[in-house]
Amino acid sequence: MDELSARALNLAQAKGASYADVRLVTAETQSIAVKNGIVEAISLDTSQGFGVRVIVDGAWGFASSARLDRDQVDEVTALAIEIARASGLVSGGLINLGPPEVNVGSYRTPVEVDPFEVSLDRKIDLLLRCDKAMRRAKGVAVAEGNMLFFRENQVFASTEGSLIEQQIVETGVGLVATAVSADEVQRRSYPNSFGRHQGTGGFEFIDRYDVLGKAERLGEEAVALLSARQCPSGVTTLILGPTQLALQVHESCGHPTELDRALGTEASYAGTSFLTPDKLGTFRYGSEIVNITADATLPGGLGTFGYDDEGVPAQRTYLVKDGIFVGYLTSRETASHLGQHSNGTMRADGWGSIPLIRMTNINLEPGEWDLDDLLADTDDGIYMEMNKSWSIDDKRLNFQFGTEIAYEIKNGQRGDLLKNATYAGMTPQFWGSCDAICNQGYWDVWGTPNCGKGQPSQVAHVGHGTSLARFRDVQVGVMR
Amino acid sequence: MLGEAKLRERLEYALSTSKADQTEVVFVREREQLTRFANSYIHQNVSKDDLDLRVRAVLERKIGIASTSDLSDEALRGVVESATTAASYQQKNPYFLSLPWPRPIPRIHGFVERTATCTPQRRAKAVREICVPAKEQGLNASGALATRDYEYAVGNSLGLFAYYPTTLADLRTVIMSDTGSGYAAAVSLDIDALDAAAVGREAIDKALRSRNPVDVAPGEYTVILEEYAVGSLVVYLAYMGFGAQAYQEGQSFMSGRLGQKVTGENISIWDDGLDLRNLPMPFDFEGVPKQRVDLISKGVVRGPVYDTYTAGKEPARTSTGHALPAPNDIGPFTWNLAMETGQATKEEMLASTDKGLWVTRVHYVRPVHPLKTVVTGMTRDGTFLIENGEIVAPVKNLRFTQSILEAFAEAEEIGREAVLTREAFFENFIGGIRIPALKLRKFVFTSATEF
Repeated sequence: MDELSARALNLAQAKGASYADVRLVTAETQSIAVKNGIVEAISLDTSQGFGVRVIVDGAWGFASSARLDRDQVDEVTALAIEIARASGLVSGGLINLGPPEVNVGSYRTPVEVDPFEVSLDRKIDLLLRCDKAMRRAKGVAVAEGNMLFFRENQVFASTEGSLIEQQIVETGVGLVATAVSADEVQRRSYPNSFGRHQGTGGFEFIDRYDVLGKAERLGEEAVALLSARQCPSGVTTLILGPTQLALQVHESCGHPTELDRALGTEASYAGTSFLTPDKLGTFRYGSEIVNITADATLPGGLGTFGYDDEGVPAQRTYLVKDGIFVGYLTSRETASHLGQHSNGTMRADGWGSIPLIRMTNINLEPGEWDLDDLLADTDDGIYMEMNKSWSIDDKRLNFQFGTEIAYEIKNGQRGDLLKNATYAGMTPQFWGSCDAICNQGYWDVWGTPNCGKGQPSQVAHVGHGTSLARFRDVQVGVMR
Repeated sequence: MLGEAKLRERLEYALSTSKADQTEVVFVREREQLTRFANSYIHQNVSKDDLDLRVRAVLERKIGIASTSDLSDEALRGVVESATTAASYQQKNPYFLSLPWPRPIPRIHGFVERTATCTPQRRAKAVREICVPAKEQGLNASGALATRDYEYAVGNSLGLFAYYPTTLADLRTVIMSDTGSGYAAAVSLDIDALDAAAVGREAIDKALRSRNPVDVAPGEYTVILEEYAVGSLVVYLAYMGFGAQAYQEGQSFMSGRLGQKVTGENISIWDDGLDLRNLPMPFDFEGVPKQRVDLISKGVVRGPVYDTYTAGKEPARTSTGHALPAPNDIGPFTWNLAMETGQATKEEMLASTDKGLWVTRVHYVRPVHPLKTVVTGMTRDGTFLIENGEIVAPVKNLRFTQSILEAFAEAEEIGREAVLTREAFFENFIGGIRIPALKLRKFVFTSATEF
C-alpha cells in the first residue's frame, strides 16, 4: 500500500474511526477548442490530491487536500475525524455500511491508441478541417469543435482491507455549427450536444464517429433550420432519436432511481424522487417493452469502470424490467436501508469530493424495430433528435425538453423540417406510452460528461445506451 | 491562507521561468467546508482545500494554457513549459491583441477571519437550530451550511499583479412536510451575519403553509416572485445575453438592440464587482479592475460586459473586468449583479393582487430560445394562490415557459428591498446577486405537476 494512504488509515483508526477510506488521485486533462478557423485554446491540466473519509461514533466526516505530503495527510485526517465528531452533534443514528467490502485488484480502461500519444498537430488538423467544412454553408455564423482527453489514476484503500488501483481514460469530441438571423439562432451538434460525445477508451473513439464526414451537413442543417417551420403545438406521436432518448433516460430514469435521492438526502438541492421505496418491485414505470439497466461493465461507456469509489466491483443490474420499477442505484449505506448489497455506483468528482450515488451507464435496452419499419408504421407524428433544452421537476415527474432538429412524419414518410421543437410530459405516463424501440443495430452508448449533483456540486461522467423509440399521445410544441 | 507575499513570490517565480513573449499566471485557492443535512440530521460533512495555478503563455499571437495544483518550483517550471509548448502548436489568433497592462485596482476588504476559521462544531450547532424546530413541528429539514475562504492572485509579464482574499458563508434549507415544502437562504461574507434560526423559521413557516396544495390550471397569471425566484431568472438572462461573446456572435438579446427599450422603465440591471453589499471581487481572472456596467437602464439596453479578448474585437473598446478563467466557452460573465429596487413591500404587492400566484423560488431553469430570452422551469418550495389580496391556498407546482424580458416588461411593482442571493452559476467563485421581489402582470405557466 502507498505510504501516504497507509498513514492516513492508521491515523484515522488511532483517532477513533471505526471505518476509514482514502483515495489518492492524479488527473490529467488535455483539451483543444477551435472556433471559426482559429484554435481558441489548447489546455493541459493536471490535478492531484487525496481525500479521507471516516466514520467516528457512527457519523461521517471527510477532508481533502491538494497538497500530498505527510504533514498534510496528518492534518487532513485529523480534520476528517473532527468533522465526523461534529456530525454526531446532529445525528440520525449510526451509519451502517452493511457487511465489510474487501476487494484487492486493479482496473485499466482498455485503450487501443493512447490519446495523449497522438500529436497535437493531428488533433488540431482534424478539428480545423471540420471547422472549415461546417462553414461551407452560407449563413453559418459560428463553427466550433473540441476534443478532450482525460486520464485519472487512483489508489483506493480502506480499513476493511480493500486496496484498488484504477486508471480511467476518456476521449471526447464535439462539433457545433450555429446559424444566426435577426430573430433566430439555430445550431446543430455532432455526435452529441452540450460540448461533445465522450466515452472511455483511446483515440480510436474519435475515429468511430467520422466527424469530418458529418461536418458539412451540420452547417447546412443549422442554416436550413433558420427558415424551417415552427414545430406545431398539439398532442401527437413522437419518435425520439438516440441522443435525445439518452437524455430522456438520464433525467427521467437515471436520476429518480438514485437511492440517496429517494431517501431524501438530495432534497435541498436537486430534489427527491417519485420512485419511493414502497414502489420497488410493483410500480409500473413504463410499458412492457421498456427495460432499463445500469451497467458499469459496458465496453466504451462513459460510466464504465472496474470498481466504484467505495471499492465495490462494477455491476450490471435492472432498474426497470418489463416496464416494472425493480431496482435502484445504490451505495453501501443506502443499500443497507433496503437490506441489500451495494450495486457499485458511488463515485466522486476527483480527490476533493466524497463519493455520491451516480449513474453508471443507464441504458434503454434495444427492441426489435428497424427504423424504416417504424417510420412506415407511423401515420402522423414528429421525429426529434439532439437535445437543446432540458428541465424536470424536483421529483422527476414533469419534464419539458427541446431538441435541435425535428421532422414531421406524414403517412409513414419523413416530411418537413421543424425548428424549436419541444415536448413535455409526466415520466410514468410518457414511458407507459412507449410502443416501439429500435433494435441493436441502432444502439450506441452516449456519453454525458456534465451530470451535476450534490453540495458542493460535483460533475460526473455517465453513459446511456439507447437506439430510437416511439411514444404515443405526447404534448409537443410547448413554446409560444 | 498562503498570503499575498508568498503568492507574489510563487507567481513571480513562475513568470521568471517563462520564455514566452507574454505570460500570465492566475492562482485560485478555495478552502470549502460544508455541512449538509437531510432528514433532520447531518449526513455529509466535508472539507476541501484546493489549489489551481493556471498559466497562459503567448508566443506572438499563439496562446497555450496549462494548469497544476502543485506550487513547487519543479511543478511551476513544468506548467509554464507545458503552456508554452501548447502555444507553439497553435496558429496565430488575429483577435488576440495582448494580455492586459497593469491598472490601479481598488482595495476592498472582503476577508472575514471568523468565517475562514469557522469550526465544524459551529456549523453543526447552526444546523441544529434549524433541525430541532423542524422536528418539533413534525417536519423534515434538509440543507447545507458552507463556509469558504478564497485567495485570488493574478500576475503577468507586463507587470500586473493583483491579490484578493475573501470569505463566504452560505446557508440554504428546504423544510418538507408530507405534502409541501418551504425554502429559505442567507449568504454573507461574515458567518456572524447568518441567523440560522431565522432562516429555519422562514422555511418552516412556508412548509407549514404549503401543506395540502390544491390544483390550479396552467395558464397566464399575475405573479409575485420572491427574491429567490427573481435571482434565478436574472442569472439566466445574464447567461443568455449579458456577455460580449454572445453579443458579438448575434446570439444575445442585446445583439443589434443597443439603445432599444426591452422592458418597462422600472427595470434597471447592472453589474458592480466593487459593491460591498454584494459579494465583491475587485478584479477579474485577467487582473483587470472591475467596472460597474449598466446592462439595462430604465428598460433600455445599454450593452454587454467585456474581457480583454472580446474588447479587442471592437474599435476603442477596453475590458470591463469580466473575464472568467481561461479557457472558457461562454466568454465574459457578470457575477456581481444587481437590480434597481422600487417602492413596494411584498405585503403591498399581495394586497393589490385580485388573482394571481405567489412564487417562492424556481427550479431547473433552462433556456428554450436564448435570443428571445425564453426559459422553462418549475416553481418549488412554496407556491400559493392569491385571491382578493390574500393568499388563499398552497398550490401544486407549475411549469413556466416564458420570455424573461417579456415578463419584466409586465413589472407592475418592484420590491423596496434588495436581497443578496447566490446561484449555481457562482458556485466556483465569489459572487452574488442583489435583487428585489417583483410583481408581474403576466407570466405563462404551461403545465403542472402532481405535488
